[in-house]
Amino acid sequence: MINRICFLSILLGLFFVSISAGLQQKKPSPVVMERGKKVYEKECLGCHQADGAGTPRMNPPLIKTKWVIGPKEQLIKVVMKGITDPLTIGDDEYYNPMPAHTYMTDQDISDVLTYVRNSFGNKASAVTVNDVKAVRAKLK
Amino acid sequence: MKRITQNILAAGIVCMIALQACAGDTAQVKNKTTLQGDNAGLKLPDGFDAIVVAENLGRARHIVVNSNGDIYVKLERLKDGKGILRLRDADGDGKAEQITAFGNYPGTGIAIKNGYLYASSNSGIYRYKLNEKNEVANVDKPENIVKDLADHGEHNAKSITLDNAGNIYVNIGAFSNACQVQNRTKGSPGQDPCPILDVAGGIWQFKADQLNQSYPQGVRYCTGIRNTVGITWNEQANELYAMQHGRDDLHRLFDSLYTEQQNAELPAEEMFLVKKGSNFGWPYCYYDQIQHKKLLGPEYGGNGKDEGRCAGFDKPIYAFPGHLAPNALLFYTGNKFPEKYKNGAFIAFHGSWNRAPEPQAGYFVVFLPFKNGLPDGTWEVFADGFAGSEQDRASGKAKYRPCGLAQGPDGSIYVSDDNAGNIWKISYKGK
Repeated sequence: MINRICFLSILLGLFFVSISAGLQQKKPSPVVMERGKKVYEKECLGCHQADGAGTPRMNPPLIKTKWVIGPKEQLIKVVMKGITDPLTIGDDEYYNPMPAHTYMTDQDISDVLTYVRNSFGNKASAVTVNDVKAVRAKLK
Repeated sequence: MKRITQNILAAGIVCMIALQACAGDTAQVKNKTTLQGDNAGLKLPDGFDAIVVAENLGRARHIVVNSNGDIYVKLERLKDGKGILRLRDADGDGKAEQITAFGNYPGTGIAIKNGYLYASSNSGIYRYKLNEKNEVANVDKPENIVKDLADHGEHNAKSITLDNAGNIYVNIGAFSNACQVQNRTKGSPGQDPCPILDVAGGIWQFKADQLNQSYPQGVRYCTGIRNTVGITWNEQANELYAMQHGRDDLHRLFDSLYTEQQNAELPAEEMFLVKKGSNFGWPYCYYDQIQHKKLLGPEYGGNGKDEGRCAGFDKPIYAFPGHLAPNALLFYTGNKFPEKYKNGAFIAFHGSWNRAPEPQAGYFVVFLPFKNGLPDGTWEVFADGFAGSEQDRASGKAKYRPCGLAQGPDGSIYVSDDNAGNIWKISYKGK
């Protein structure tokens, strides 16, 4: 009897946990996260570092800034077009430019941005291939 | 209920003790140092010891010590609206109790020569006359001797040094990694010739005593230096020396030519003996310290092996491993350190970031022996421990980052850190 109550309450608990997680943010699939991590290591890690914390005065952090967890369109633009002017986040300025990554595929951009928006303590919606396509069409 | 009352009582007592402790401090003691223990956290060779002179000053870049022992610190970011600090140790215990601030511009460079204090912003140079008491006569009215130098954010620190013929030298760092059409962008070609070299990517010479100079009045003393923060006039050789920050991103930009491991070590951080008219080859070339060659950069057709046009550029007099970021260069002219240090070079390495995903490195002060103005031996770590743990070093999360070096009138040397804003004094006590 006690065993059964235990089992039921665990089930109930899991149910509520999954409901609340679903309400907050749908977690991206491990496959997408794994692909995104690979792209991150190739294209981003050199400057933004393994933990997404960036480099003081040079390369900005990717942790909980509006640039990363804010509107997707802006973020996709930053990756595609880059930023040439120094950037200020909080009290800190970052002087290295963000290079343009127009050569990256829509799939790679969507994977890496989904990964970045859900790593380093960030939780934000996934970036789909269609999101990237739409921005690329506008930029052309 | 009883327990809550007890807790409140206990908290109250703690508060009262804390208040009591604070009340014992006077407002004058602005600079309370907390780094304790052997050598204030630094690892040094036998016979040396270190104390922390001041802590948490902000972004303490370059430093200079006046003949009366006053230390001037240039801040890269204003603190309470001020960009220069004067630290004074009035009671002779080695710690600076008196800190005054002036100058309303951020920057890196600071120097003293012939009765003047010189300081740089990110676009110009100011000077302050020292009075008969060896203090800045008027902190609010510096003379603007150089202005309107290129400042585009990247590599904008203007380091300064003075010779014995009335000239001041200032580095103007290239606002670029390798002069690509699109900076740091994969697939973007290198500009040839590189137009940045007209206004940056070298060291310029100006008159130390003339107002309002800019490019038309200056001389491009040398060119082909990507960025240098550590520049100094060597009094023994009577020549200019500089430490270059080598280029970044060989692997990210050219992954078919360079592995991540090669990217971590290459290219060298080069030490230059700078003559008037020297050309060290940036952006077309970089120095490979393993092949001992100046090689053609990949943006200009290089493949990691070919020298191409680079055989014709001036070579470094010494080469350090890649990305360590040399931010200060000091030739030791004092008499208090053992003989081997006389006229040798101390170099403060700020520490790397572009070695990722390989472990980061640097965050130390090294010594390189010299003879007759040229390196004479191999480098060794002189002061270490700035990073914290080995893990802090490897991840690049260094606690302190050495940025400035200065020699005191008593033959000790000072190190500044622009992360926490600490200043250490290192002295020789004998074995």
